[in-house]
Amino acid sequence: MDEDLKKHVIMLLESDKRLDGRKPLEYRKPINVEREFTKTAEGSAKVTVGDTEVIVGIKMEVGEPYPDRPDGGTIIVGAELLPLSNPDFESGPPGIQAIEIARIVDRGIRESKTIDFKKLCIKKGEKVWLILIDIITLNDSGNLFDAAALGAYAALQNAVFPKFDGEKADYKEKTNKKLELKNIPLSVTVCKIGDKLIVDPTTEEEKVIDARLTVATIEDGTLCALQKGGESPLTAEDITKMIDIGVEKGKELRSVL
Amino acid sequence: MVYKKRSDGRKFDEARKIEAKVGVIKRADGSAYFKFGNTWAYAAVYGPRNLYPRFLQDPSKGILRCNYNMMPFSSRGERVRPGGSRRAKEISMVTKKALLPVLDLDEYPNSVVDVFIELPETEAGSRTAGINAASMALADAGLLMKDLVASVSVGRVDDKLLVDLDYSEESCEDVPVADVPIAILPKSGKISLLQMDGLVSKEQLVKLIEMGKEACKKIYDVQKKALKDKYKLTGDING
Repeated sequence: MDEDLKKHVIMLLESDKRLDGRKPLEYRKPINVEREFTKTAEGSAKVTVGDTEVIVGIKMEVGEPYPDRPDGGTIIVGAELLPLSNPDFESGPPGIQAIEIARIVDRGIRESKTIDFKKLCIKKGEKVWLILIDIITLNDSGNLFDAAALGAYAALQNAVFPKFDGEKADYKEKTNKKLELKNIPLSVTVCKIGDKLIVDPTTEEEKVIDARLTVATIEDGTLCALQKGGESPLTAEDITKMIDIGVEKGKELRSVL
Repeated sequence: MVYKKRSDGRKFDEARKIEAKVGVIKRADGSAYFKFGNTWAYAAVYGPRNLYPRFLQDPSKGILRCNYNMMPFSSRGERVRPGGSRRAKEISMVTKKALLPVLDLDEYPNSVVDVFIELPETEAGSRTAGINAASMALADAGLLMKDLVASVSVGRVDDKLLVDLDYSEESCEDVPVADVPIAILPKSGKISLLQMDGLVSKEQLVKLIEMGKEACKKIYDVQKKALKDKYKLTGDING
């Protein structure tokens, strides 16, 4: 860890300041959601948080259900940290960082029950819709977690089913049928540096974080997924504070949808 | 069936709608996107930077690496599996060879210049869009260059010779079709990419290359304009 940078960041936080002039609990601006970003996807969105840009695209395929849930479809979330988006990312299969992002987004959507998987069933035990959600980084300037969750939800919002030809999906024709979404799962990642808490870290701040907690919530503040990261432990008080921040900031993020 | 008119109403020597922008990825040393209609390529350049592992280094010159990749949702059909196909590897290789002649890598010994081409949306002509974007991104990165590279696909559907084939033309099964992606170094008129699949006579090919050169002149103008737009002076320097 860069100790000098960390000392500097903590010193600034003592007077409620950040490297880029923000307050500790302030997101970068603008936060933008551009829907239907690519026409080849069944649903897509580009999310901008400050300089961070993430694209989420959705393809829908017809597949077999899991044996333990013959009447339900499912979501499959993947994340790719493209070497195009950050000089430190390398080509190759997804590393642990990409897998963690995909898994947290997956859990946020799945556990919020925003999608009724039973409604994705075409024929029990044989055919169901698979919702393939791919998160792609275009420019990584920090806080990919929250941008990815926001993008995934926005892409689900505008996704339409392709035609089902009795056997598989016929991509030549899109239908008007949208996914029914019941809740809005979004995540807010709260980071601890020294004894200070911040949200929406830049890549520079991410280098000096002691611990982080990604708090995924739905509109009424109910938690739907949590993930602690970073090498330092957290106290119960830390966690309470971080969840409060997560719920509060979640409302702010929801307002851009 | 006799092929008389293009399905989207274009003239035979007319490319799809072209759009280009430079400086689209902040963290990259150079970046750009280029669109032919619904085919959209982003390119980012990182470098010259140190090359590891060290045994790959060349003490006499820098090396160029290109990676072409379709995003998982970039195809109208099924999801494209990430991880690179044989097709993507081949396109990466021919892209590198299309770009190399304009670079002077002698200035960057032991270093690498990385070009990453990513496609969010594709509908035929993706390698040529990728080369156009990459050439602008290399210029944006401030690398020593002798020229830009402009690229387009030309081809034949039935007895008609066309510029910038779209998916319906490229995949037409009722009549003979040929698809010829080419890349031109606009100043010298030299050709740094030439591939062909389909059936074509020598005379047709010669004519196609001429048509490609003409189309590339227009693409070159768009590329130059996009570069100038990024670097245009906002104030009046003469006061």
